[in-house]
Amino acid sequence: MSAAERVLEVEGLAFAYPDGHQALFGVDLRLHRGERVALLGPNGAGKTTLALHLNGILSGGAGQVRVAGLPVEKRTLKEVRRRVGLVFQDPDDQLFMPTVAEDVAFGPANLGVRGHDLEHRVHEALRRVGMEAHADRPPSHLSYGQRRRVAVATVLAMEPEVLVLDEPSSNLDPASRRELAEVLLSLDLTLLMVTHDLPYALELCPRALVLDGGVVVADGPTRDLLCDDALLRAHRLELPFGFDPVRAGR
Amino acid sequence: MGAGHTHALYRDGRSPLHRLPPQVKLVAALSFVLLVVATPRTQLWAFGVYLVLVLAVAAVGRVPLRTLRTGLLLETPFVLFAVLLPFLSRGAQVEVLGVSVSETGLLAAFNVLAKATLGTLTSMVLASTTSIRDLLKGLERLRVPRSLLAIAGFMVRYLDVVVGEMQRMRVARAARGYDPRSLLQARAVAASAGALFVRSYERGERVYLAMVSRGWTGAMPDLGTPAATAADWARGVVLPVAGAAVCTAAWVAAR
Ligand SMILES: Nc1ncnc2c1ncn2[C@@H]1O[C@H](COP(=O)(O)OP(=O)(O)OP(=O)(O)O)[C@@H](O)[C@H]1O
Ligand SMILES: [Mg+2]
Repeated sequence: MSAAERVLEVEGLAFAYPDGHQALFGVDLRLHRGERVALLGPNGAGKTTLALHLNGILSGGAGQVRVAGLPVEKRTLKEVRRRVGLVFQDPDDQLFMPTVAEDVAFGPANLGVRGHDLEHRVHEALRRVGMEAHADRPPSHLSYGQRRRVAVATVLAMEPEVLVLDEPSSNLDPASRRELAEVLLSLDLTLLMVTHDLPYALELCPRALVLDGGVVVADGPTRDLLCDDALLRAHRLELPFGFDPVRAGR
Repeated sequence: MGAGHTHALYRDGRSPLHRLPPQVKLVAALSFVLLVVATPRTQLWAFGVYLVLVLAVAAVGRVPLRTLRTGLLLETPFVLFAVLLPFLSRGAQVEVLGVSVSETGLLAAFNVLAKATLGTLTSMVLASTTSIRDLLKGLERLRVPRSLLAIAGFMVRYLDVVVGEMQRMRVARAARGYDPRSLLQARAVAASAGALFVRSYERGERVYLAMVSRGWTGAMPDLGTPAATAADWARGVVLPVAGAAVCTAAWVAAR
């Protein structure tokens, strides 16, 4: 496989927080262009910590992250942040501008996009998540599900190659959860989705990784992993009552 | 979501006043209020003319009288202060409704009341025809540093979030049998104030991370507010110019 096809490579990544708590102990993973991968794991496994390394927000431990062959370091940060879009778990953290449109414009404006191009990008990103009718509203007046979709749009406006989502389905009602799934499936992007929602992982991502104790403990087709009772039990993962991964979606 | 602070005073509309660029309205309102404040207190008629001017502008902006009346509640503390003045001041006494009060005190009270009322009315007209968003944009055009505006914008944006957090903590206290009347339990309030601070601080940190991951390097992007045209300014100066005429006339009459 050529280097260009590997959009995201993580090698031997270890990280300890400043208070001395070590969260990652040598993570290895590779994402190919266009793949949709779920990142599973119990609370405290280090999933968010790993996600924050993917666009260089956290760094300084051992190991390396490469985005489209580009090592993540101070010199490449700007480029890396354009290529890797991170959607945070709480949309209230992500949406900080007074209106939806301005929030979506924030990222591309930082990249130097101006005027008509900027308007076009904002409109296009909002259209892709079905929120163009709400462009001029303050984010605080939107429902939680709508805010989550706008949060995705803020990142899409930067035209990233990789979309990293931290627990995108949490706190969504079933309809919002399905709408978000439709949005995510319609995107032609490499996707890494951190989630506790195993049926969601199965629906959206053909491949899954299990992170526990700061290392990747399993990597394979999502359905296979979800059928492995021993694996799920060993890493505190549980399917919802009555959910059968063998038959789901077939 | 709750408070809807963004629209507490603002009334959506298409009046000529709504369409005037925010920077023009800001400058007009501020200079008008300064002129009112600079008017000698002895010229009672001038304040009557000012009132007519403000009400005329309110009519152009289709601001309902009800909104203006609600706004005047903001003024209550000034009213209380003003009512006390005639009784507390010394000097020549006059009879009002059979009560002897100080003449200078009476004039001072009128001065405080009239100026506060006109100031409040002017701000109410501005606030009900300009959204907070536009106010910030107007301030940007007036060269207020962008980082200050960003802070003001964040305040507006997160007010709801922080108030919501505060309310959830209050409910959580109440749900566990907290009785706010007991002094012994004041500690719980102090502790939750601390928790609120920590939560807001952590929120700030997460927002910062979200900004950084979208390529923020310390400068807020330009909001791209259009400049006001000469025609806008021409419309905008009507109120301050009328105010300046009244103020000058008042000074001449006072001599
Ligand atoms: N700012 C921090 N300072 C110190 N330790 C932290 C910090 N953030 C997280 N940790 C610790 O790092 C470990 C991994 O945390 P992380 O947030 O990455 O887990 P996670 O897999 O995202 O969990 P969850 O499913 O609950 O979101 C945890 O043990 C956590 O306590
Ligand atoms: Mg997490």
